[in-house]
Order: sequence, then structure tokens, then C-alpha cells
Amino acid sequence: MAILQTNIQSNTPEFKTNAKNMKTLIDEFNQKSVEAAKGGGEASVAKHKARKKLTARERIQQLIDPGTEFLEFSKLAANGLYDGRAPGAGIVTGVGVIHGQECMVIANDATVKGGAYYPLTAKKHLRALEMANENHLPCICLVDSGGAFLPMQDEVFPDKNHFGRIFYMQARMSAAGIPQIAVVMGSCTAGGAYVPAMSDENVIVEKTGTIFLGGPPLVKAATGEEVSAQDLGGAKVHSSVSGLTDHYVTSDEEALVKARDIVFNFNRKKQDVLKMQKPEDPLYSAEDLLGVVPTEAKHPYDIREVIARIVDGSRFHEFKKNYGETLVTGFSHIYGYPVGIVANNGVLFSESALKGAHFIELCNQRNIPLLFLQNISGFMVGQKYESEGIAKHGAKMVMAVSNARVPKFTVVVGGSFGAGNYGMCGRAYQPRQLWMWPNAKISVMGGEQAANVLLTVKMAQLEKKGEAMTEAQQKEFKQPILDKYEKESSAYYSTARLWDDGIIDPRDTRKVIALGISASLNAPWPDKANGVFRM
Amino acid sequence: MFSKVAINNRGEVAVRIILACQELGIKTVLMHSDVDINSKAYRLADETYCIGPAPTNESYLNQQAVIEACKKTKSEAVHPGFGFLSENANFSQLCEENKIKFIGPSAKAMRLFGDKASAKKVARELKVPTLLSFEGELGQLEAEAKKIGFPLMIKATAGGGGRGLKIVKNEKEFAETLESAQREAKSSFGSGSVFLEKYVGTAKHIEVQIFGDGKGSAVHLYTRDCSVQRRHQKVIEEAGEVYISNTLKEKLYADAIRLAEHCNYEGAGTVEFLVEGDEYYFLEMNTRLQVEHPVTEEVLNVDLVKAQITTASTQVMPWTQSQLSVSGHAIEARIYAEDCYNNGMPATGKIGFCKWPEGPGRRFEVGFEEGDEITANYDSMIAKVIVKAESRKQALQKLKVVLEQTIVFGLPTNIPLVSEIIKKPEFISGDMKTTFFAAHFSEGLENPELTQEQVDLVGQLKFKVGEISQSNITTASPWSSKVWGQS
Repeated sequence: MAILQTNIQSNTPEFKTNAKNMKTLIDEFNQKSVEAAKGGGEASVAKHKARKKLTARERIQQLIDPGTEFLEFSKLAANGLYDGRAPGAGIVTGVGVIHGQECMVIANDATVKGGAYYPLTAKKHLRALEMANENHLPCICLVDSGGAFLPMQDEVFPDKNHFGRIFYMQARMSAAGIPQIAVVMGSCTAGGAYVPAMSDENVIVEKTGTIFLGGPPLVKAATGEEVSAQDLGGAKVHSSVSGLTDHYVTSDEEALVKARDIVFNFNRKKQDVLKMQKPEDPLYSAEDLLGVVPTEAKHPYDIREVIARIVDGSRFHEFKKNYGETLVTGFSHIYGYPVGIVANNGVLFSESALKGAHFIELCNQRNIPLLFLQNISGFMVGQKYESEGIAKHGAKMVMAVSNARVPKFTVVVGGSFGAGNYGMCGRAYQPRQLWMWPNAKISVMGGEQAANVLLTVKMAQLEKKGEAMTEAQQKEFKQPILDKYEKESSAYYSTARLWDDGIIDPRDTRKVIALGISASLNAPWPDKANGVFRM
Repeated sequence: MFSKVAINNRGEVAVRIILACQELGIKTVLMHSDVDINSKAYRLADETYCIGPAPTNESYLNQQAVIEACKKTKSEAVHPGFGFLSENANFSQLCEENKIKFIGPSAKAMRLFGDKASAKKVARELKVPTLLSFEGELGQLEAEAKKIGFPLMIKATAGGGGRGLKIVKNEKEFAETLESAQREAKSSFGSGSVFLEKYVGTAKHIEVQIFGDGKGSAVHLYTRDCSVQRRHQKVIEEAGEVYISNTLKEKLYADAIRLAEHCNYEGAGTVEFLVEGDEYYFLEMNTRLQVEHPVTEEVLNVDLVKAQITTASTQVMPWTQSQLSVSGHAIEARIYAEDCYNNGMPATGKIGFCKWPEGPGRRFEVGFEEGDEITANYDSMIAKVIVKAESRKQALQKLKVVLEQTIVFGLPTNIPLVSEIIKKPEFISGDMKTTFFAAHFSEGLENPELTQEQVDLVGQLKFKVGEISQSNITTASPWSSKVWGQS
């Protein structure tokens, strides 16, 4: 298979500037991540630990196999929201390996407002369940939460994708044979009580673990009965009287070992659908990725330079190289897993869209997972293109992407604008995972275009009235739009709202995708089916 | 040569003997107690035979059971290792009567030396210097104690290796200590008989390895320095460079050989001396293989266990004195399962994972492997680490590195303690005395300050030890952290 050649020279001033700027972005991301991982802050963590409780991340470390990776999602969820009171949205989610079995781990961070569910907490929890459902990953929920965040109940409780959906998902997944395990390591109050109650098998920690529909204050208010939390719903009550819990343990550590034992007895096997190759490092260092990507997003660069630093042996069997050249498609392996890559190399034309649709069909036919590398300003516009039917050609790509039954993974390595986002498997197209590089931008169109569109509309209105705008007025009109787009298109804005599964260091791309593919093999793939391609 | 040898022992020494037999083409039968089936020796032996339950007096010390087992398994000889029945003259005789070769000295020689008081008597007859002592009627002990002067030691006549030994600092403590010494002697060795001996405080413990053919000739295999002792139990032993004068060394060799030849000693034995300046005193003779025999093997390039077996079979001395010369320096550290942050409290439990860092000049005598259990029934020694290098200085450096690289999970070990010992200037100088350990480590080691990361790691591992290791996360899996570099 052909080896990608590189045209990058790492000693040029441009490369060095690029690398320096990317490094700054990564440092910023790392710093934010470290901050968010502190949860509710030092005092809160100290209080938590004084009760002999491990933190959410410590629990996860003890739960998973030693020396293995934990693929954490949305570390910066709720970043900059809720006045910064819910770092990471107060919940840690990710895929980890327990006795060799990949599991979705969901851990409340009780140091953040007692693990209460903010709207984004629920969204992050549900996103984890969605991923578990798609990939058939057993769910291990380390529960330590007081339930919904009452002041925001209107955004947490009533709607379809609110709190209640968690239990619906648990029920549906259990029915589909995806194990649901709860480890009660703190409060499970009100709705939260249903997490262990809806689980297939559960564990409760003495002294700290409690489960009840109504806590002591509510009971007192409702019936006048006075009862302690332990007598109302402690480990003893539920393990020997109510039978709500299955395993009684005395510490967090023991609980996690018990959870591991539970997983050990799942009797599950991954499907074996991919023809694996021996994993091989790329020929070129991932370090170069930092300098490959231009600081100025508009500057074009060859996406093959990125591919060469992600795939095994930098080998790439390129498909339709000379046709629709603004989209690069081809076959590679990542950590031994076969993968079909669809990557932007400029604006999408009709040919690029047709080529993309064809290639996606190929991968779908051959059971090859798809990797989309997004750096797209959109589809080409203009009379020529509309009249040649770019909309229907673009639709073919969207049709192919939507119905591809193979696992899809998307990494936004640059811009993600307009309908390009759709054809390139944006969030709405159910990629198993969607990751952002720290330099990534996402919005319906670029800020400049949006400002110009709005300006044109405005000027047309004024013109009708016989008025006009000065240069300065035009600039003044555009500025707030530019500012708004600048802010809202940033990777942080996106990741805070869970439009993605997290920001990653570009150098981790290969790893993250390999882990994603590995996890995806837990689920059987549906049969092939396609909608009508408009020819 | 024997075709089958029984081994009435456990742990690393049983492994040591099995390996020697394998090299000599001899089949082995491991005599073991019912709990000792999770051990390396059990897995290595050609045959195994359970001689009783865990308590030593019902198994390893049960002479009848051992004899019967030898007969049933058609073993021609029995190797007693060290401890247990290794210095029991009655057992040696019982073997003789049952036509089973006891690998070690004759009952007669053992009677002479196995009993410390009579050993001393012989030593005096042979003009070997001894410490002031008394053995005799119980009623006389107190009066004699005053004659010897305090501090003094009360020793079990049948004891050894620091067991059954008590120090009396002053007259007041005497009666009480005597009683407890007798009680302990009775329960540990089956005989409550004790004797008194002068206590020498700041001496070196130097011993001479000897080897006899059983027909009246013996050779010496130079000395070992075992001055680092905790409560009279050796912790670190060395051979090679010994920090005493050459004149003194020659005297020790000559005395040791005289003692051995006097009793037609057969096989490996050790004559222990206390050395204080230019003075020396005969302490006792150990009529068996010593725990620390590997250091002698290393510096002399000999195999004492094989020599024991071949001599027992042929009564031919394996070497002449002129063939034996010392080269380099060897150090042995005994690795115990114990909590050195809690006064060396013996620890029990399963070994979760262990790694002995192999390399040139590194030798590991290991009795237990991953998944094996250290129980409270026996001594808590897991292994011995032996290093050999051109000089003592280099050997010390090697030991330091080896200890750093050694990993034992599942149980606390004394590795941190040994690492501290070898850092002490007094130890590095080679001039340490038997008081060294008490002077520096009587308080034990202080608990180290752990970083949060270390605490987490320990917490993580603690509960995973003993889990069924079923994870298929190998380096071939993308989930293994080993395959991804740090970004």
C-alpha cells in the first residue's frame, strides 16, 4: 500500500509559528481540564474525603484494569456555564476496561453541588448512555448524587431528553442485553433512587450509601415521620430488608472490587468482524501535527499531512485521487483496525460530494469503520453550482452518511461550517464519537460570511427606503455579529454544551480513534439499508 | 549415588535442594505439611508427600511421619535443610536405624555439637576460647549467674538461630527471664533445658564454614560476617572481604577444623565465633547447612548442597583445602514478609506479584511465587537476595540497585529496612558489630511520607491482588497505556 509522502519541513518559520500557536491552545485546554478535574474545589474534596469517600476519578482509576487508558468524554462540559459552579457538569463519563471488557463508566462527582443534576449533567449522562447503547457497552454507574438540581427543574425534569430518560434508557438497554450496574457510593435520592433500582445488579457501601425516593426532610414534611437517613435507606436496610441492593460492602475500595467481580461474570464476547493488521506506528511523528495546521484557519493545507501522522505506517490507499480533489478519501489502518477516511481538502463541490457518497458506500459494503476529518467551510455556492445540482449531489453524501451502518467517528480538525458539517458526519449524523481539536470552530457559517449576509440584507432594506450606510456604519453593524460568531464558534463553547464528546490534543487523535473503534466492536452492526438516492 | 532423595523442609531451601538433586540426576520427594502445597518447591519436586497438618510438631518435626514417608516413597536419603529436624541427633539416629541416609553429620557428632553446653565442653578440651558459661542443676543457675556477671544470656540448649535466647541485663530480671526462656525452649524445641553464658556486647559475629568427609578430615571454606542481627536473627550476611586481621582468621580456621575433625564431622557445618578486637570466643557449631550458605558458594565458586549430597553418598571430600580460595565479595539479604514500619511485625497473605531483577552477579533464592501464600504457621522468609561482585564496595552498590528494582506486591517486606541498613556509614565501613541493628533500628523505620499518587496506586493495587487475572489487556490492545506515548 502506498506510503504518504510528506512535504512538511519542520524547520521553517511558518511551521514553528504554527506549532507554537497550537501548543498554546493545547496548554490552555490542558489547564482548563486540570481545573475542571478539581471538581467542587479543595474544601469540598477535603470534606468528601473526610467521609472516607474516594473522588469520582479515584473511583474510576480503581475500577478499571491497572495500566489501561480511560477514554473520558466532555471533560469541559458546562465550562463557563452556571457561573462556573458545575465543573465538568458534576459528572465523569468515559470508557474504561474492566477485566478486559470495555464498559461505559458514569460517575457522579459529589464534590460539585452534591452531585446534583444540572441540565448539562443530565445531557452528559444521557450522552454516555447513548454511546453505551450504540456500542453495546455495559454501564457501570458510580452513584453519588442528590438528584435533580431543584432551582433548574424546568430544564432538568420534564422534557424527553431530561432526567427521566436515564431510566428509560436503562430499561431499554437492559432489554437489549446491555448490562446495567449501579454502585451506590453516596446518596441516590428521589429520581436518583431509580439508577440502582433500574440496574441489573448493584452494590451499596455501608454508612455512605443511601437510597430513597424521599429523603428525611421530605418524609418529615410529608408525613411528620422522623427517621435517620441510614434507617430510611442505608445499606443494611436495602441489603437485608428491602432487597433493593444485591451486594453490601464496607468501603469504596471494596465496592469497586465488587463491581469488577460483577463485570467478570458478564460472559460477553466482542464481535470479530474486522480483519486486523499488526499495529504499526505512523512513519511521521504525531508531534508534527502541531506545526502542520496553519494558525490562520483560512490558509489551505494538505489534509494528507494529517492522515500521514495518524494511520499505521502512514499507509493510505487513496480512492479517486484525481476526482473531486477537495475531498480526500481512502483506506488505512489505525492501530491495526481497518478504517475508511473521508477528509476535507477544500470547499465541497458536486464531484467531491459524489466521491464522498461513493466512498462511504464502499466502507458500508465492506464493514469498514469510517473516520471523518472535518475542515470544511461548506458546499460551493453560485449559479453554476446550483444549476449543476450541487444540492442533490450533497444530499447523496448526506444520504450515504446517514444510513451508513458501520461505526463512524468524526474529528473536527479545523472549521465545521454549514451543510459541510452534515455531509461530513456532524453531531446530528450519529457518529459514535465526535472530537474537536482545540483550534476547531463550529457554526452555521463563518462569522465573516454571516456578517456579510446580514449586512447585505440590511443594505437591501435600506436601499428600498433610499438610504445607505457609510463604511464606518457597515463596520459597526458587522462587529457584534463577528464577535458573537467568534465566541459561539469556539471549541470551548461547543464542548461546554456537549455538541461534541470532548476536545483532544491533536497528538492523541490516533489513540482516541483506536479506542473508539475497539469499543464499537461490542455491538453487532445492523443490516445494510439505503434510502432513495436522488439521481 | 542416590537415586531418590526426600526433602523434609519448605520454602527456598527446599527449592535449593531440589535444584541440586535435579542437576545430580536424583529424583526428589518433597515432604510437606498440608498447607504447603502453594509453593515453588511443591511444584518443582518429582514427588510430594504430605506428612501432616500445618503445626510443625505434627509435620516437619514429626520424625515417625518423615521416616514412614521416606519408606513409602522409597527414598534412600533425606535432606533436612535447615531448622526443623536438621540438627536433631535422635532423628539422625532414627534414619540410621531405618537405613535411610541422613544428609548431614552422624548422630554422634550432632550430639557432641548439637547440644550447646557439650559443644562448649569439647571446645574447651580442644583449647578453643569460649565464653564464661554454666550448665547444670536448675537450683545452681542463679548463683552461677552471679559468678558469670551481668549482662548474660540464657540459651536453650537445643536452640539456635536466635531462637530460645534471652539476655538478662541485671540480677533482678533473672528469675523471670529464666522461666520464660525455659517455657519457650520447651515449646519450640521440645526440651526446656537451658544454660547460661556471658554476654559480649560489641563484637562481630564471624563464622567459619567447614566441610568434613565423615572419616576424620575436614576443610574450611573461609568466613562469613553475620554481624547485622535483629534480636539475634541474622539479616545480612557477607563473605569475601572480612574486617578482621589475617592472624585472627588463621586462628579461627584452625580451631574450626580442629573441632570438625575431632568428631569425624560429615558434610557442611558452621563454627560460630564472637570476635571482639583480637579476642575471639567459640559460640556454637551449627551441624547443618546455614541459611547464608550462598555467600560462601559465591565467593568460592562451590556448590555446598551438591557437595553435601555427594559426600553423604560417597564419603569422599569434594575439594582439597588448596583448591579453595576466595575471590570477590558476596552479600545476602534475607527478604521477609513483614511490616518494617511496625517493628517488623510478620505479615501474612498472598503474594500478588513479584519480580526479581535478574542480572550478572545477582542470585535469588526464592521459595514462593505469585499467588503463593505466606501463612502464620512458619517463618516469614520469602526469599534471599544474593549479590556477588569484585569488591565489597561494588557488591553493596549492586545490592542497592537490586533492592530498588525488586518488586513484591501483596505483602509488605523488609526491603525498605535492608535498604536503610546498607546506607549506614557504619555498615558501609564494614566495621559493624552485633549491636549495630539495635543501635540504629531499635525504633524500627518511620513511616515514609507517600505522595498522593503513591497512595492512589497502592489503593488501586491492594484490592486487585488476588483477583482472577483474566484481563486480555495486553500490549497488543489499544487500551494498554504502554502502547501510547505521553503527549
